Amino acid sequence: MTPPTDSARIDVRKTYKLYIGGAFPRSESGRSYTVDDAKGRFLANASYASRKDARDAVVAARKAFGGWSGKTAYNRGQVLYRVAEVLEGRRAQFVDEVQRGEGVSKRQAEAAVDLSVDRLVWYAGWADKITQVVGGANPVAGPYFNLSVPEPSGVIAALAPQDSSLLGLVSVVAPIVVTGNTAVVTSSYLRPLPAVTLSEVLATSDVPGGVVNILTGRLADTAPTLASHMDVNGIDLTGTAGDPEHATALEQAAAENLKRVLRAPASEPDWTLEPGIERMTRFLETKTVWHPVGI
Amino acid sequence: MAPNEKAGTVFEYAPAPESRAVVDIKSSYGLFINGEFTDPAGGRSFKTVNPATEEVLAEVSEASTEDVDLAVKAARRAYTRVWSRMSGRERSKYLYRIARIIQERARELAVLESIDNGKPIKESRDVDIPLVAAYFFYYAGWADKLEYAGFGPTPQPLGVAGQVIPWNFPMMMLAWKIAPALAAGNTVVLKPAETTPLTALLFAEICQQADLPAGVVNIVTGAGETGRAVVAHEDVDKVAFTGSTEVGRAIAKAVAGTDKKVTLELGGKAANIVFDDAPVDQAVEGIVNGIFFNQGHVCCAGSRLLVQESVAEEVLERLKRRMGTLRVGDPLDKNTDIGAINSAEQLARIRELSDIGEAEGAGRWSPPCDLPAHGFWFPPTVFTGVSQAHRIAREEIFGPVLSVLTFRTPAEAVEKANNTPFGLSAGVWTDKGSRILWMADQLRAGVVWANTFNRFDPTSPFGGYKESGYGREGGRHGLEAYIR
Amino acid sequence: MPVTTVVNSASSSAGGLSPALAEATSSDSALRRFLHGLPGVDQVGAEARAAGLGTRSIKTTAKEFAIDLAIRMVDLTTLEGQDTPGKVRALASKAMRPDPADQTCPQVAAVCVYPDMVAVAKETLGASGVHVASVATAFPSGRAALDIKLADTQDAVEAGADEIDMVIDRGAFLSGRYLEVFEEIVAVREACGDAHLKVIFETGELQTYDNVRRASWLAMMAGAHFIKTSTGKIQPAATLPVTLVMLEAVRDFRDVTGQMVGVKPAGGIRTTKDAIKYLVMVNEVAGGDWLDPDWFRFGASTLLNDLLMQRTKMRTGRYSGPDYFTLD
Repeated sequence: MTPPTDSARIDVRKTYKLYIGGAFPRSESGRSYTVDDAKGRFLANASYASRKDARDAVVAARKAFGGWSGKTAYNRGQVLYRVAEVLEGRRAQFVDEVQRGEGVSKRQAEAAVDLSVDRLVWYAGWADKITQVVGGANPVAGPYFNLSVPEPSGVIAALAPQDSSLLGLVSVVAPIVVTGNTAVVTSSYLRPLPAVTLSEVLATSDVPGGVVNILTGRLADTAPTLASHMDVNGIDLTGTAGDPEHATALEQAAAENLKRVLRAPASEPDWTLEPGIERMTRFLETKTVWHPVGI
Repeated sequence: MAPNEKAGTVFEYAPAPESRAVVDIKSSYGLFINGEFTDPAGGRSFKTVNPATEEVLAEVSEASTEDVDLAVKAARRAYTRVWSRMSGRERSKYLYRIARIIQERARELAVLESIDNGKPIKESRDVDIPLVAAYFFYYAGWADKLEYAGFGPTPQPLGVAGQVIPWNFPMMMLAWKIAPALAAGNTVVLKPAETTPLTALLFAEICQQADLPAGVVNIVTGAGETGRAVVAHEDVDKVAFTGSTEVGRAIAKAVAGTDKKVTLELGGKAANIVFDDAPVDQAVEGIVNGIFFNQGHVCCAGSRLLVQESVAEEVLERLKRRMGTLRVGDPLDKNTDIGAINSAEQLARIRELSDIGEAEGAGRWSPPCDLPAHGFWFPPTVFTGVSQAHRIAREEIFGPVLSVLTFRTPAEAVEKANNTPFGLSAGVWTDKGSRILWMADQLRAGVVWANTFNRFDPTSPFGGYKESGYGREGGRHGLEAYIR
Repeated sequence: MPVTTVVNSASSSAGGLSPALAEATSSDSALRRFLHGLPGVDQVGAEARAAGLGTRSIKTTAKEFAIDLAIRMVDLTTLEGQDTPGKVRALASKAMRPDPADQTCPQVAAVCVYPDMVAVAKETLGASGVHVASVATAFPSGRAALDIKLADTQDAVEAGADEIDMVIDRGAFLSGRYLEVFEEIVAVREACGDAHLKVIFETGELQTYDNVRRASWLAMMAGAHFIKTSTGKIQPAATLPVTLVMLEAVRDFRDVTGQMVGVKPAGGIRTTKDAIKYLVMVNEVAGGDWLDPDWFRFGASTLLNDLLMQRTKMRTGRYSGPDYFTLD
């Protein structure tokens, strides 16, 4: 082995780990896989999340749910905005990871990162507006005060898109958590690096541990566990776009406890389009409260 | 003063039966497909009985897969050729027309509902049927205003809706399903429950009377097989189901991987929480209404009474005294409070779970009441000393059976209330405003009744959290299920 | 908080209040604490319950029973500035023989008049068994000094009144001077001697059901034999939900003390249908023990003729008309 020369510094390579409960554990399986760039060159090793990791992530997400959903909407909006700020600060790193992972031009990668930041800002603003848009007073025919408000469904499993490694990821995660849900996210299998870096952003931007949990690895290892998990309230199947058989199997498993399901599109959508509010409302419950009006 | 010697005079209410003459039950019924009553392809039929007497009321057709296919085809034709092309304003007028006919034939519908279902006439007359008309009125008004409903500037109908409804509120569930579907521009194939098909078939006549275009509403009668055929039909764009969580689960599995939009309104095991500062007389009424309304055949029934330990004994005493005044008997008697259990099968389930409750050590109590010799009956029943671990505290009994549990603090009340896979409804009784709002916030249920219980209104969204299903019925929210 | 928890006692000491209740009336602040510790009344729920009981359908034998009972519970009333001995004599005659054409028709419970008419009423009624009730205590406003109210009461009692219908000082009640109201009732009860005391709340002025419940307990603790809704001079007078709250109060009071107190809705009850709704409510809320003229009365005037017409209809099968019944 040739010793390094004096002039060439040995760089410190990053270990890409999972993000569970605000901590960065290696996979419980102890296994990792090689992540290559779009041209097949080695980029890094990523963790193979196991079923056990998925279960741990659900426990962490459930634990975080009360606190996160109990925060004021204003506060959640601020936290999400803070994520956008910190992400912006890491712009260069994300551009690099997106460019190499997705094999796009630098300009395209920059556009994706910028839009990711903007999307976070967009969703951050929704935190204290969605209630008024989808909730409201109901004029019942009787002496009752009657109000409907949206509430988060609980713990949501999100299968992030396989292609759009940052913009797609952000577009899936932000609408879930901005309303007070907590999330267990499986990243793109082949392009997990922006997801891992995003977890570092989340860890340093006032998002309480457990609100977002990120698993890298094969969907087949974790998705069935999440889809059938009885303490998961909803599942976003976006990451199975183009694989209807897998999507159907997961939806069937999700039926066991009547999970709210966001079905996968036939192919991955254009993430640059205006998202609309369906990604939020799919994981919101409507609670209606009645009270008599009298003296 | 001592109680008077003459006191205690008994005020016995003489029978006050509602007349059956207002309804005309045919000996047999066909399927309502494409605007006409038709014979089923398989020629099979089943009997529907009056649960209060076990008298056979009529022979009702059993729709086969083939019949369901015909109904869906009729609905599809009506959708593409007529209903989806019609302006919202015209659709609206059809719905208003239906609402008016329901009001005009209200007594007929109420009596028929009570005969086929077993529910007391005072409920079908004063609650169910007025609400049915109200739901049609409410959604009639939406038909030409959908672009303002908050679902985008060009809301589109889904197509053909396959709807399967339960036996506990036959007409009301029909209204909850059909009114929003039609308002949004969909056509429907609806399957009523096999034990309560008659009012849906009368509704078919009302559609004819309203000159509703053929195929817009199709009614296919039958049991589980027919329901499965409706849900599974590949030309159905939307599935709406109200019923058990077990069947809801099966439907969710059946539609996996399809483009069908689904709403499910399933079971519940609601906590009705009474604090020590509750308006106690109204709370007792709320407990009674919560569990004995419609014989407890209510998915949102307040079947778990959580009462603060400091007042548990007193609340229970008051509850028992009140239960002593409940009148069980002939559903058509205007003074009946609790009618017949809908079917022998349901009665068996209630008996089984009640026996389990007793075997598990809970204290069972019913007021003395003479039950009729024929028909399906179960007395109003309270179980005390129930813990969260008892099956009667966890499983939906769907009958007039209340499980009483106690708590000490608001946090404990919330913890126990939420400790269930269901999440349909909850009740809170306290005079303290801030506590009501805190409780309402903490309870994981789609409807929270504070200082009231079992109230329904067409403007008010209804539906569950968790295994109580998804989607909302009622209000602007109820349109979402039928709009793209 | 539920009543028994507040009172914390299930039995009463002989001839007086239980220690817990006596303690509650020992000072203004104790009484306030007690009354405000009673369970709240939710207006919507109470009205819904009353409306629900109002849908009971009372037919045939039950209706016959109810009509005769209602007649026996009527306090046939005239409380007008224009009352004269002649008017009162006529009323008293009617009280004894409501339907001159039908000997089986029961007589009413009492005739209710102003104090200066008591002697006239007593003279006419004699030993018929129909009681003379007199309003007193500066009826209907109650705005007079206590000694005047007591003199008013004594005057009526001395003239032969069997029952005294007093009004509470609503001003004192609404400004929270509960002990003053309590002591006034105690004093009037003393002035009544052997006459029975009915305490009128004028619920139309108390406004809330919470106040009605508090007034009920206050009056019962002060020794009222009957609690009564209204003077008939203020609208709304008696309503089903107000009476519901009062019936709940007498029921609960008996649970706690063993003592029964009567209830009298007065004013605005004009038809048989209305009266039957009240009887159903008595039956199902307070219980059958209260279905007796000793424990439930109707303060009414025009009600009687409607009861008589319905009674005749039940017996003859024909609907009657006002011409067939006396106007007094």
